[in-house]
Formats: sequence, C-alpha cells, structure tokens
Amino acid sequence: MATIHLAINGKSYTVDADPQTSLLNVLREQLDLTGSKYGCGEGQCGACTVLIDGKSQRSCITRIGAVVQKQITTIEGLAAGDRLHPVQEAFLEVGAMQCGYCTSGMIMSAVALLKRNPNPNASEIVDFMDGNVCRCGTYPRIVSAIQKAAHMTSGTATEKGTSR
Amino acid sequence: MSEGHQTELYLEPERYELRAAAPYRFDVGRRDFFKFLGAGVLVVSVLKPAILAQESGGGQRRGESLPKEIDAWLHIGENGKINVYTGKDEMGQNIRTSLSQAVAEELHVPIDQIELVMGDTQLTPFDMGTFGSRTTPTMNLQLRKVAAAARETLIGLAAQQWQTDRKGLMADDGKITDAKSRRSANYAELTKGQQITQDVASDQALIPATEWRVAGQSAHKVDGRDFVTGRHHYPSDQKLPDMLYGKILRPAAFDATLVSADTQKAEQMGAVVVHDGNFVGVAAPSSRLAASAIEALNAEWKSEPQPSNKELFDYLRKNTTEGKNPTGDGDRYDVGALDQAMTSADHKLQQTYTISYIAHVPLEPRAALAKWDGDRLTVWTGTQRPFGVRGQLAEAFHIPEDHVRVLMPDTGSGYGGKHTGETAIEAARLARAAKRPVKVVWTREEEFSWAYFRPAGVIDVSSGVRNDGTITAWEFHNYNSGSAGIRTYYEVPNQRIVFHAVRSPLRQGSYRALAATANHFARESHMDELAHAVKMDSLEFRLKNLKDERLRAVFEAAAKQFGWGKSKSAGQGFGMGGGYEKLGNIATFAEVHVDRKSGDVKVVRVVSAFECGAIVNPDGLRNQIEGSNVQGLGGALFEAIEFADGKILNGRLSEYRVPRFSDVPVLETVLLDRKDIPSVGAGECPMIGLAPAIANAIFDATGVRLRALPLVPDGLKMTS
Repeated sequence: MATIHLAINGKSYTVDADPQTSLLNVLREQLDLTGSKYGCGEGQCGACTVLIDGKSQRSCITRIGAVVQKQITTIEGLAAGDRLHPVQEAFLEVGAMQCGYCTSGMIMSAVALLKRNPNPNASEIVDFMDGNVCRCGTYPRIVSAIQKAAHMTSGTATEKGTSR
Repeated sequence: MSEGHQTELYLEPERYELRAAAPYRFDVGRRDFFKFLGAGVLVVSVLKPAILAQESGGGQRRGESLPKEIDAWLHIGENGKINVYTGKDEMGQNIRTSLSQAVAEELHVPIDQIELVMGDTQLTPFDMGTFGSRTTPTMNLQLRKVAAAARETLIGLAAQQWQTDRKGLMADDGKITDAKSRRSANYAELTKGQQITQDVASDQALIPATEWRVAGQSAHKVDGRDFVTGRHHYPSDQKLPDMLYGKILRPAAFDATLVSADTQKAEQMGAVVVHDGNFVGVAAPSSRLAASAIEALNAEWKSEPQPSNKELFDYLRKNTTEGKNPTGDGDRYDVGALDQAMTSADHKLQQTYTISYIAHVPLEPRAALAKWDGDRLTVWTGTQRPFGVRGQLAEAFHIPEDHVRVLMPDTGSGYGGKHTGETAIEAARLARAAKRPVKVVWTREEEFSWAYFRPAGVIDVSSGVRNDGTITAWEFHNYNSGSAGIRTYYEVPNQRIVFHAVRSPLRQGSYRALAATANHFARESHMDELAHAVKMDSLEFRLKNLKDERLRAVFEAAAKQFGWGKSKSAGQGFGMGGGYEKLGNIATFAEVHVDRKSGDVKVVRVVSAFECGAIVNPDGLRNQIEGSNVQGLGGALFEAIEFADGKILNGRLSEYRVPRFSDVPVLETVLLDRKDIPSVGAGECPMIGLAPAIANAIFDATGVRLRALPLVPDGLKMTS
C-alpha cells in the first residue's frame, strides 16, 4: 500500500492503494467514477478507455503508479457542467448506442482521435476505433457520430471541455 | 402461417437454461407490499386467462399477493408524474423508449413526462422474462390499451368536474380541453385528491397505426443523456455502504470435484470464506483482495476426460437422447409421402451442415449486488428474467418468494445469455455469511466458461426437386442446435422434419434468434445448392417455391435495393438468405469479395429488407437490424468456442474474435411498414438471413461451398 495522488477531471484525489492496482479498479471501487467500464481486463475491448494527458489509454491495464502527476480525464469529466462535449452530443443525435455499455469508452476514444485528427475520414475512424468493441453492433452509427462531432466542432473547438 | 403464431408462446427446446436444475443447493435457515402508489388515477391491465398462461407463466407463481391477472399498470399522480410499471427489462433493445412512445401516443402526453419502472419484482407486475421478441407484440399492445383507458378516465373526470358531456372534451399535450367553453385542466389537476382504480376494457379502442403521431416516429433513447455522461448505473456499478466484493472459486474443469482447499490463509487475509455444498466463495473489502483470497485457497480438483470441439459433430450425432429427453423429443413434423417423392425426384441432394458453439459475450458481464435484512433479500442484477431469478433465489435460500426483491437496472446487453440467476445466488450466499452487502461481478474469463453457449449442431438435409425447379421432397434433421425456425416456409408437399435432442458436452441455452440462425443457414444454403442443381437463378428458384406474400415481399424488396442480377467482377460474389421467425420477415443479400491468394473474405455490402407489421420506432428498428447483422457476422464468419476436457480453450477476448469496426460492411436497410398488421419484435429475426447470404455469396465468388458455421475462421482455403 502507498499513498498516491491522482489528478482526475481537474480535481486531486488521494488514494491508499498498491501502485500495481489498475486505474480502472481505483476509479470504480475507490472513487465512485463508474462511467469507465470493465469489459475484458486485458485492453481488448476499450470499455475502460480514459484520457491520460489527452491520449486515450485502457485504464484496465494501466497501473496507478504509472499515472501519478498526469492529467486523467474520464467520461464524467467530459461535459462542461450541463453542456455536453460535441462527441457526447453527436452520439445522442445519431443514436449511436443500444445498451450503452461501450459508450463511455467509445466517446473517450473518439475525443482522443479528434484531438489528433480533427477531421478524420471514415477509414481513419475505423483504424483508430478498431480496439473498441460494441457487441450490440452500432459501429456504423458510431462512425457517423464521430464525423458529426468533427463537423460540429469544425476542427477547431475539439479542445473545449476536455482534459481540464 | 403468420396469424396462427400471433398469440403462442412456445418454449423452444434449445432454451435449456430455463429448465436446468438450480446451480447451487444450500442448507439454509428462514415476508406487504404495495404502498408505493400515492393518490391519483391507477389504470390496471388485466389479461385474459389464455394470454396469462402463456406470457406470465400462469400458475408457476407462488407466495405473492398481487392479483394474478395483472400484467402492467399506469399511475398518474397528483403531482403530474406518470409512472408505468412493467416487468419487462431494458438491455439495449430500447424498449424503454418504444414503450414510452406507445404510452405517449395514447395518453397524449409528451414522452418526457413518462417514466417506466421496469423489471422490479416488488413494484412491477409478474413477467416471465424479456426474450423471444415478445415485448412489442404483447407489452407494447397492453401499454397502449392501458394508456388509452387512462385517457378515457381523465376525460370522464373532467366531464364530471365540469358537469359537461364528455363528447365535447379532448385530450392533448397532457391536458383535457373543452372546445366549447375553452376550459382546460392538466392531468395533475384532474387527479388531485383522487384514488381511482380503473381496469382496461378488453375491447379498449386504440388509435390506428395510420393515425399515430408519436409512435411510428423515430425517437431518441429516452434517458440517453445518462449513458453518454457515464451517469447511468448498470448492475455492475451498483454500490452500498459497507459492501464487500465477492469472488467464486471456479472448478478447474466442468464437472470437476473439489479435492482440497485451504480456507485458513484466505481468512487470515481478512476475507469471509464460504464453503457450502458445491459452492466455495470469498468476500473481501476490495475485489483485488477477494481475488488474492481465492488464489490462497490453493484448490485442487479432480476431473474426467471430456469431448473436445475436434470430435464435436460426431459426438452430437452419437449422443442423441431420443425417448429419454427430459425436455421432450423436440419437434417432429411429417407430411405427404416423403420416401416415394424422393425416389421419383429428377434431382436429389443430400448435404450436412454444422454449427459451432458460440458465446454471447455481453460487454457487461454478469453482476449482482445482494443485501439481506433479516430473512428478506434484495438483489440488483443483470437478468432478462427478474421474476425467474427471484424464484431461483427463494428456492436456493428456502424463503418465500415475497421475501425476495430482484431489481434489474438497465443492463449492458444480454442477447439471450442472461436468463439465469447464478450470479445473484452467489452474491446472496456470500452476503448472508458476511452479514454485509456483497457484489459479485464475473470476469470476462468467467463469463466465457461459466455462462452458457449457443448450442452447436449438425443438420442433415435431403431433398428432391423436379427439372422445372419445383421442390417435391424435403427431409431435415437437426441434432442439438434446436427447433426454432426448423420448418420450411417453402411449399413442399412431402416433408419430414425432426429435431433430435442430444446430451450436450457444454452447458448450452438461449442465444438471440435461437436455432433459427442454424436452421436458416442449412435451409437457405441448401436452397442455393438446389437452384444450382437445376440451373436456376437463386431468387427465381425461391420465388417459384414460395407462396407466403409477406416473405415474397421482403425478398423482392431486398433484391431490388441490392440490384440482384447485376454483373460481377473477379473475386466478387453475391448471395441471399431469408426467412420467417418470431413473426417477422427478413431477406438479406450479401456482397463478398474473396482474395484468392490470401483467402481473405471480406463482406462488402449487406442489404436487409425487413417487415414486422406497423413500425413503432423506425430509427430504433434500423438500429436493431444493423446490430443483428453486425453481431451475426461473428457467428457467420469466425466465432467458435474451442474446448477440451471440460475447459474452454479460447475464453478471453484476445483469443475469441468478435466483430469490430473493420469487419463492418456497408449496411443498407429497407423497412416495409405494414400499418395494417400488428407490430411485432425485431431483436432476433433480422439476424437469420445473414450467414446463408454470405455462404451463398462465397460460393458465387469462388465455386467453393462452405457448410460449416463459422464459415471462414482462418480464411478461405481455395484447395477444397
């Protein structure tokens, strides 16, 4: 056990945990940030995706010892108050979900993609998102939602509301 | 054929998990309801006895004090809140939205004023479970009636209060308005201080689909905002103060016997250890500690050699249980003089098709949180059958059912895989020992090994056809996979169709569309083989032997959208498959591209034409059809469970391939909206045409006929 300081969604948290503990475990069990989901525990499904310093990472295979002093953003930190992030808005408008269990991870991956490439074409989206599984099969809708979000922000405003 | 199936609820033999014995048996020691409704108007839907027996499981219920015949109710509170109570569950099929639409339509209120309370055994009326595409044909219809009766009651209240003729009153936008006096009152005002209970008349008039304003339109997921913000709490997200995390010791192989386990070390680590009958589990303050405690048990197991997937299909054929099958000897259907017809046919064809076991892989694994108050148990869990799980819990703990409350928070999918309550029982057993709430969330590996699979199967088809393309003889034997969709919808005068039950080497049960996927794969592949034998176009051959108008319509609509008959380039292939299941009609056309060098098969484009009566939510329907096709790609192309000696060999997401973004073809959907036909479900039927369409397209591209699902787990071998 060690005392570990984490910066999540612009707030600082102190947890007592083994540095080997996965970030997902700490988020869900100790911090009640349950928006990040467990799906496979081996980085294969993307349901646990969070942003670490703006880049998407699988929190189920990320040790908390490795993310000290880094900026962590989870799905709970994406909206600015009542104002949804454009990717969240687009997922709602397109209806890019069924059960929604993969949605947090999909949205976080999509936010990371748009940071890197504000105007991705469909095949760039497919390449980047291929590590995220939607078992209900809403993939084509997710691609549309990401394109819509890119369009909504016109490539410039994607930084807003994230990683602060 | 469609009409006769409208009110039947037939439990297909492949729903093995619904008949299985209780997973755990404990030695256990040892119950008023119903004061949750405040003042207002309560409208109650009373089922007719025939429907009751089918849909609500009739006399199977015991120990509860609710009137037997109720299947749904709606309460309009004096605060204006409209609550609808149904025992159906939400797990991604978006019925919370489509049922809200149905109520909004008849009650004339904005959809956002309606709140559905679903799948809570204390608050909602009994329901057998959410499966078999039953919600839309039954619950949607019932809730429309309930809402219509509520609207009429409100009009009656206004007429009484204003002392006017009800004929001049109108309901709209949550208000009753008198057109003449221009007086109006909202529903909350009208219900103030009232305590009115109203039954729904069996002949309650409904707004016809042609006049729908809310239903029939696309609607967003009603609580979608909670899902895109991470606020929704799934079963695995539930938490209570003082809660412990539970973990179960899993046997080293199926049917293994525990030789030894050392509980001392785990207890020293601070875990509560339970060893009761065939159950060993721990509860600890963190899931990591619980996992370490399980390791510390150092369990040793003894197991017997068991069949593997390599000899699976031989095994299935040799291990039928005819005559001693506890589930009944499936289906047998004989018509005409088959043997004679076979002898006199111009062309005869005999082929065997096989289907592997596959896993549901719901992205949210099974989870349950259990809490005891004395001898009263509350469990939050992801199940398609909250009332069934309540019964399992009551049985396991020897307590009356009315001491058990099961709640199902909207869940991370099920696909037929969450019909049973083992996780709920596990959490409850540990919570009883720990005297604290306990949550159990299965790992992905547990989900792969300890849930149940879609049944594998062997299907033998023999057929006879005349030179002009008329099918005269049809014999169809399904070993183990199931009887859903086993009957042919093509017109054949001489038929023998048999389902053979088998002692399955793996635990098996319901999976989205059941055996309809396997049976359609065999039948629709065989239809193409026959068409080829008589040198007829696949579509022409099907239509020649098909009378059912609704099915003809979807084949024709899909063919038109697909451009059937167009010329193809090298490596390109076109194929079709379709059929009738769960009251819906589907035709699926696929375009594949096969790289002859690498053997890589890419499904390029899929066109589906679907008809399920009057459409309630067009966008929700498209979402279900697209999802069926995407999920169906896995079982069609590459998903298969590998096993040997009671162990699953590829039970992780890194070893078991599921469809991903890069697998998805262009998906085009044609909806046939039949406003003259009652609405039916769409979660299953759209899946059944895909696998044969792809197999037929691969044959069209290469001349290689594939008769095993999955078709190309390792790419296409062109040497065959």
